[in-house]
Amino acid sequence: MVDTADIALSGSTARCTGRWTAQMLDSVDRRLDAIAWPAGAIRFDLTGLTEFDTVGAWPVHRAARDLRAAGREVTLDGVDPAKARLLELVEANSGACDQEVNVHVPGLFEQIGHETVDQVRNYSNFFAFIGEIASTAISSLLNPRRIRWPQIAHELQNAGVNALPIVGLLAFLLGVVIAYQGGTVLKSYGANIFIVDIVALSMVRELAPLITAIIVAGRTGSAYTAQIGTMMVTEEIDALRSIGIAPQELLVLPKMVALVVALPLLTVYADVMGLIGGIAMSHSLLGLSAHSFVDRLAEAVSVKSFLSGIGKAPVFAVLIALVGCFQGFQVSGAAEGVGRHTTISVVQSIFLVIVIDAAFSIAFNHLHI
Amino acid sequence: MNDNNQSDVLLAVRNVEMRFDEKRVLTGVDLNIVRGEILAIVGGSGSGKSTLLRLMSMLTQPSAGSIRMFGTDVTRIDDAAVLPLRKRIGVMFQNGGLFGDMNVLENVSVPLREHTRLSAATIEEMAEIRIALVGLEPDAAMKYPNQLSGGMRKRASLARAMALDPEILFLDEPTSGLDPISSDAIDELVLDLKNSLGLTIVSVTHDMDSLWRIADRVALLANGRVVVEGTMAELSASTNDVARQFFGGRRGRASTRAAGQS
Repeated sequence: MVDTADIALSGSTARCTGRWTAQMLDSVDRRLDAIAWPAGAIRFDLTGLTEFDTVGAWPVHRAARDLRAAGREVTLDGVDPAKARLLELVEANSGACDQEVNVHVPGLFEQIGHETVDQVRNYSNFFAFIGEIASTAISSLLNPRRIRWPQIAHELQNAGVNALPIVGLLAFLLGVVIAYQGGTVLKSYGANIFIVDIVALSMVRELAPLITAIIVAGRTGSAYTAQIGTMMVTEEIDALRSIGIAPQELLVLPKMVALVVALPLLTVYADVMGLIGGIAMSHSLLGLSAHSFVDRLAEAVSVKSFLSGIGKAPVFAVLIALVGCFQGFQVSGAAEGVGRHTTISVVQSIFLVIVIDAAFSIAFNHLHI
Repeated sequence: MNDNNQSDVLLAVRNVEMRFDEKRVLTGVDLNIVRGEILAIVGGSGSGKSTLLRLMSMLTQPSAGSIRMFGTDVTRIDDAAVLPLRKRIGVMFQNGGLFGDMNVLENVSVPLREHTRLSAATIEEMAEIRIALVGLEPDAAMKYPNQLSGGMRKRASLARAMALDPEILFLDEPTSGLDPISSDAIDELVLDLKNSLGLTIVSVTHDMDSLWRIADRVALLANGRVVVEGTMAELSASTNDVARQFFGGRRGRASTRAAGQS
């Protein structure tokens, strides 16, 4: 059996031989296009074909069609019923897509317009969502039996307890890094003891709340979006509604309550771990004993500073839970929406956490806290 | 059926077992698929139909037993040797399995672009022919999977499965989730493809009407093995307990009556 497809022109006869199938027909297709046909009637001889499928039938059909369109007479030889069926099939189904589908390409202004409308709609949806959650929260508070304690406990475990190792490790390392950076400068001035002020103030006021919120946004906010988004795709949310359970009450409120409790606690934990990191580094770099470090701590960090750090955490928690859950409910259509909205959720919540943190800094500055 | 003619057996499943952990889904399946036939695999939910289809279309390996496709044992061959065989089969997935970031035309073009050296224009034309062949409107070619209805998605998946003119087509629940009119249309399409292209088709289905309409031969799967096989008429008259349950149920009887009348 010939293992390739071939075409040869002798006189006015094009002899097609070999296996004209999808696999074999590579260059023949192009060679057929390039053939300089002699004048007069053309004959295609298909008797030498050992295999023939629709991919093979197409170039033959196309060549014959084009020649006929040019006013030539074309005959096909060696067309058995099976080949005839394939040629008919190709003929009947080709050209259906030839009329150009007008695809509308939006111009610059149209894109800006669409984008603006989308953003406005998105934000108004977000505010509507906040309103919904608030009204659900109030009705739950008025009727405390509807508070879902088991869900809250479950979410606390997931968002709080399970986050301890990663938050602890990163806060510790952050403490080490700050002590190292500050320590090398302070050492040259002989002001070693002020390393406590640098590490403690920056950790407690800024870095511990921020790093904890960012980790939780990436870890828990994304999980919220993925969970609710998947439930949207699998119609579980609709099922909850049809049974008469408000998804906000069952899914959103427990998450938010749990996070508002867990995030400040995680932040305190991050404070402690960061300080331990600072102590370890100060000890090895500056020879500062843990005892003198802790001694200095009470002077370096006022209760006000500590509380201003911790106070930001519940705000971040509400933000992360809102964005995470909101993006989950925005998922529509198929599974790929879950991935897209999870990404949006993480980016948005980290962005908002940092923006709100900056706003806090400015506000504290003005209030002299 | 010429079951005994060895050269016409495209796919031979011999004593195939499949275990997931300790659960034995298939406990010894024997099945022949003969050139040019439409074989339907039926069975209750969880009877291992889809697992068998995945094994036959080389998506998973059996725990024991052998599967010979076009005379090659596919359970004992490496990836490089599997590829030429894969090009000779096409699989239509239950939910389409269409690539979400490509429109229908691009989806259908993927096998052609990947496995042939045809020119871009020819590939596009071939893809359009496939799309027309499965009965999709021309404007569907530019649509993305999430813009298609369930029936259109199945058709698009079928068009992609046929891209390379395969010899065997595997259909996973071709009519599930479709309205009766679309189901009938898919059945007609499958028959048409078999008759015009001489395809061999393996279809996993629950659809009684579809079984009567398209299947040359039916294999009933229960307890992890083929309990009966034969034509629909034979199976509906079978004295086997499982077959009587399956085809003698209310739906089975209704479809038998309907088939008798038409």
